[in-house]
Parts: sequence; C-alpha cells; structure tokens
Amino acid sequence: MSNDIALQAVDLVKHFSTGSSGVLGRATSIVQAVDGVSFTLPTGKTLGIVGESGCGKSTLARLVTRLIDPSAGSVILDGVDITTLSGKSLREMRRKLQMIFQDPYSSLNPRHSIGQIIGDPMRIQGIVTKSGEKAEVQDLMQRVGLNPEHYNRYPHEFSGGQRQRIGIARALSLRPSVIVADEPVSALDVSIQAQILNLLENLQKDLGLSFVFIAHDLSVVRHIADQVAVMYLGKIVEVGDSATVYNRPAHPYTKALLSAVPVANPSLRNSDKRIRLVGDVPSPIDPPSGCRFRTRCWKATDLCASVEPPLQADSTGRAVACHFPEEAPVAIGQSPQ
Amino acid sequence: MSPDVVLSVRNLSVVFHTPDGDVVAVNDVSFDLRSGETLGIVGESGSGKSVTASSIMRLNNSNTASTTGSIIVSGVDVLTAEEDEVRRIRGSEVAMIFQDPLSALNPYYTVGKQIAEAYLVHHPKASKSEARLITLEMLKKVGIPNPDKRIDEFPHQFSGGMRQRIVIAIALINNPKILIADEPTTALDVTVQAQILDLMKELQTEFKMAIVLITHDLGVIAEAALDVLVMYGGRIVERSTVEALFSEPTHPYAWGLLGAVNSLGKSDRGALVTIAGSPPSLIALPTGCSFNPRCAYATEICTAEVPSLREVGSQESVSACHLPDDQILLLGRKAASL
Repeated sequence: MSNDIALQAVDLVKHFSTGSSGVLGRATSIVQAVDGVSFTLPTGKTLGIVGESGCGKSTLARLVTRLIDPSAGSVILDGVDITTLSGKSLREMRRKLQMIFQDPYSSLNPRHSIGQIIGDPMRIQGIVTKSGEKAEVQDLMQRVGLNPEHYNRYPHEFSGGQRQRIGIARALSLRPSVIVADEPVSALDVSIQAQILNLLENLQKDLGLSFVFIAHDLSVVRHIADQVAVMYLGKIVEVGDSATVYNRPAHPYTKALLSAVPVANPSLRNSDKRIRLVGDVPSPIDPPSGCRFRTRCWKATDLCASVEPPLQADSTGRAVACHFPEEAPVAIGQSPQ
Repeated sequence: MSPDVVLSVRNLSVVFHTPDGDVVAVNDVSFDLRSGETLGIVGESGSGKSVTASSIMRLNNSNTASTTGSIIVSGVDVLTAEEDEVRRIRGSEVAMIFQDPLSALNPYYTVGKQIAEAYLVHHPKASKSEARLITLEMLKKVGIPNPDKRIDEFPHQFSGGMRQRIVIAIALINNPKILIADEPTTALDVTVQAQILDLMKELQTEFKMAIVLITHDLGVIAEAALDVLVMYGGRIVERSTVEALFSEPTHPYAWGLLGAVNSLGKSDRGALVTIAGSPPSLIALPTGCSFNPRCAYATEICTAEVPSLREVGSQESVSACHLPDDQILLLGRKAASL
C-alpha cells in the first residue's frame, strides 16, 4: 500500500441483532446497518460521507475508528488491518486515528477542566512529559482559537462553538494522521458553523491531516470534501470527486437528494424540475431485494428487483451502483446551489 | 387593525426570572400577520424566536416569566384573556406544530385517538363515530397511506416524516386561522423535509390559513416564506419581504448570515464568510445594539443607543441599524451578491 493512502475500508459489514431470543422465544432480527462498504482516503484529503438518517454513516464512523468491531471486512491504516489489533498495538492505532463528535455538550466530561480534557490523552499516550503538558495544551488551545488563559475552566463555561473547538483540540492532542468527524457542525448555528469549517480546513492545510467527514448537510460536505460518498441503506450508491458528484449526479438517489435541498434563493422557489421522492427509507431489517433504492426510484424495473447493481467506476473515476444511471448534467437550480 | 390582519403583536416582551438574573428573551417585538400569508422568523439559538411563538399560544409559565405587550387574535388579547377564552383560541384559532414530532405525541394512545381528541375538545357535542370519520378524512389530507388501517396504530409505528404529518393533522383538525410551525422540518431528512414543506403549502391554500414559520434555515425561509422577521438577542433587527432579504438585506447580522450560507453554497473552497464571536448571553446583553460586539461596522453610537426600526430602501424593508441608508443598501447588495 502506498504512502498516499491514509485510510482504507474494505468490504466493511456491520449487522446488529435486535429483539430477544429469550424466554418468549421471539425471533431475533438482523439490522444490516453497514453492508459491504469500501473506500479509500488519500493522505491530506477529505472524504465526505452523506446520507439520510439510518443509512449507516455513523455506524461506518464507529467501524473505521474501531469503537465497534465489524461483522466482516477490514480497515487498513498505515498498511495494517486495525480490525485485528489488540493491546499495545491497538492503543498506538488509536493515537493515529481520532474522532470529533456531533454534540459538543455530551462529548466533554463536565467534571474535567479544559486542561485535563486536552492534556490527559497526551500524557496517557506518553506524548508529553508532565512538566511540558501545560505549555503544549495552551499551544493547542491557541491553535483552535481558544484563549489559553481559560486552561482551568470547565465545559459549561463555554458556548457550543467554543466547546466544539475544545473537542477539536482534544482530537489533535495526539497528533493523529486521520480524523473522523461525525456531524461536527450540525449542532451549531449557521454563523458558528462557518467558523468551525474554516478552522478544520486551516488545520488540515497546516498539519497535513486526512479527514473522513460525515454529515447530512449536503452544502457543508460540498464545501469541505474532495471526494464524496453517498450512502443509502448501508451501502455506498455513488462515490467520486466532489465536483463530479454534485454537478453531474449519476445515481437517481443522489439526484433526488440534491434537488430536495432548499435553495437560499426565493426566485428559484417554484422550480418544477424538483424531484420529490415519495415514501420513506425502508427498514434496514428487511431491505428490498436487488437495488435497495428501487422502492422509491422512478426508474426501477424488474431488473432492479432481481439483480443488485454493482458499484462500477466510469471513465472519470466516479463509481455508481445503478442499472440506469443518470446521464444528462443537472441544470442550474436543481443542484443545491 | 385592518380586516385581513389575523394576528397583531404589539410591544411583546418576555422576561424569565432565573436564579442567575432576569433573562430578557423577547424585547419589544411588534408585527402583524395577514390572512393566508406565511411569515418566516429566522434567527440563531437564543434569539427569541421560539419564545415569541409560545407567547402567541400563552404557553409561557406565568410564575417564572413576565409577558407584557399585547397579542390580538380575532379581537381578543391573548395575554389578558380569561383561561377559558385562551383555551378556546388554542386549537380552534391558533394551532402549533413543533420540531420533534415524537415528543409531541403521546406514546400510549393511537394516533386516531389523539387527532379525534383535539376535535372533540372543540366540538363537545360531536359523537365519537363522527370524530373518527373526520379524523380519517384528515389523515387522507395529510397524506397518510392506508388511513383506515393506520388510524389505530401508535406513534412508534410511524416514521419521522409520517409522525410530523400526524402532528399537522392534530393542528389542523379544527380549521385554525393561524398555524405556528416552530422548526417543523429541522428533525427531518432533506427528502422528507421537502415533502412536509410541500404539504404545508397545499394545506395552507386549502384551509386558507396564515403560517408563522420559525426556522434557523435560510433555505427553508427562501422556499416557504413571504415576509421575514430576522431576530437577534430577543429583538427584531430586520423585517422585509423574502425577495428583499435575499437581494438587499438591511442589517449587518443578516449580511453575515446570508454571507455564511452563500459562501457555503459556492463550489470553490475559499474561506467561508463568518460572523465573529458568538451570540450574546441574554442575561447580560451588550449595551446599545446587541449585535455591536460582532459587527464589523460598529461605531460609538452602536454601544450607546439601541437603534430603532426604520424603513430603509425602496423595498419596504425595515431595519434596526445606525448606519446611514445609502451605506446599508450598498453593503446589503454586496452581501447578497456574494
């Protein structure tokens, strides 16, 4: 594996079993949360993962950081499959791969000062000595736009945006090479969201970080990601360059998703080119046969119900899992911008 | 009050008394809502938009909050009316839907029972079978498939979007003149959000009702609102038509919001336009204009005097900003064209 690849996921599968098989003998059912997902994250780049609730994007984040173990498949970091690590080598892996969470309120321990929250991981991993810890923490606080004098303050003394900065400083404290950010800005107000996105981009430039950026907000992902993967019911249905996927979506689901985003321009309000999907996402316990999107797709035929379309790359490097991919470029006003 | 005004709010202020001090959540807010219109209220967390909405239904706890001013619905001041009168107005004149449809529904009752209950409260002489027929009709109108079967199901058996349809059915069962929708699509996925916004538009025409749409999402505002109030630190800082807000915003806070959204919408990866700092604490609001610590154009007068709302430009926009008109218009157009 070349040095240009920061992180690779190969055929990741995660099935959760639900229901009890206890005394009442109810049959357990299997939630197919992530079902055969592969991606490659180049060094210093950002891979955006978008999809609606229940598509498996957060489960995917937990799989690649090994907060949960996959049912099958592997995650390769620096040439090593991290799904089989344990003990010391697992801890070393955790140093290289850090996570930023959605909720800046529940992801910080209210009883720990900012100094502890950012400093503890460094000390535990042996990155700094006890005497050098404070200087290092304050340096990091400065870097993420916090006042270093607030070293001894507690999370409740900070606003949501500032707390997210603390979460980012904590993720950076171990000098990781890859950061997985699960909806890092969706709990923040618009004006604060822009501040945090700018911060993440500057950090990436300065430190050469690679990001897996998970979000449901398509505009946010378009802004920050080099590559975008669109997920539906546990599978990637389309992946490619951000510009290609947004300007010329090939999967009907991607197209529908993009056209559903409300445009901040009232003159485009009654554009009748909008695609309106009917119904809801089916249950991942009993996903449709063949293509999982077929129950909401306006192009579905018998073929879609019987044969699952493989994720196939075209000449531009974009891959799409559809028997009848869209060809025409999208007219202005149909894409979210 | 002109005949087509269905809701008239004057000098509304809401102060919550907390152990840490008085929180001025809403400060001298006045606006009119015309019949059939959709009025958007946009602002960040803590801007006072939800408290304004709950005041219209008189839902603020009178032990912990003082609400002053007047809110006139059908000739009645909701703030001073008797409890019986307010109870009649809630549901039959003004109805409300909330962000989280799951917590707005009772998990122990079937959705049919909950919709019928809302009808029976205002039609005490109606029989249960009559209420059920009307409920079935309503379920059809809000787009629930197989209403005959689903009327007897419980909230957990519905998806998020379907639950919001149920909540809308409860709100509209008594044919209210005003629907207050507080972040109605924020908890929903974009494809479902589009469905719910469409549904609200259809039903608005059918029921001829006025909607107060509260949201933090400028995209939703652009999609659905006719007139817009921009709130900041408990006050209205700008009032304009939706077209004017997006072509010629007249308040520096609106410029920042629009700049953040527009620069995010661009495909290039340049730095995003931000508003420096964070929203103010409502316990200790800055003196003068609440926005002055975050405003790039603030001068001495901005810390000394609260700017009053005045008309700016030719599009009937009203703005609370000390800057001279020509500068506001110039900077506003610039922010909109980003």
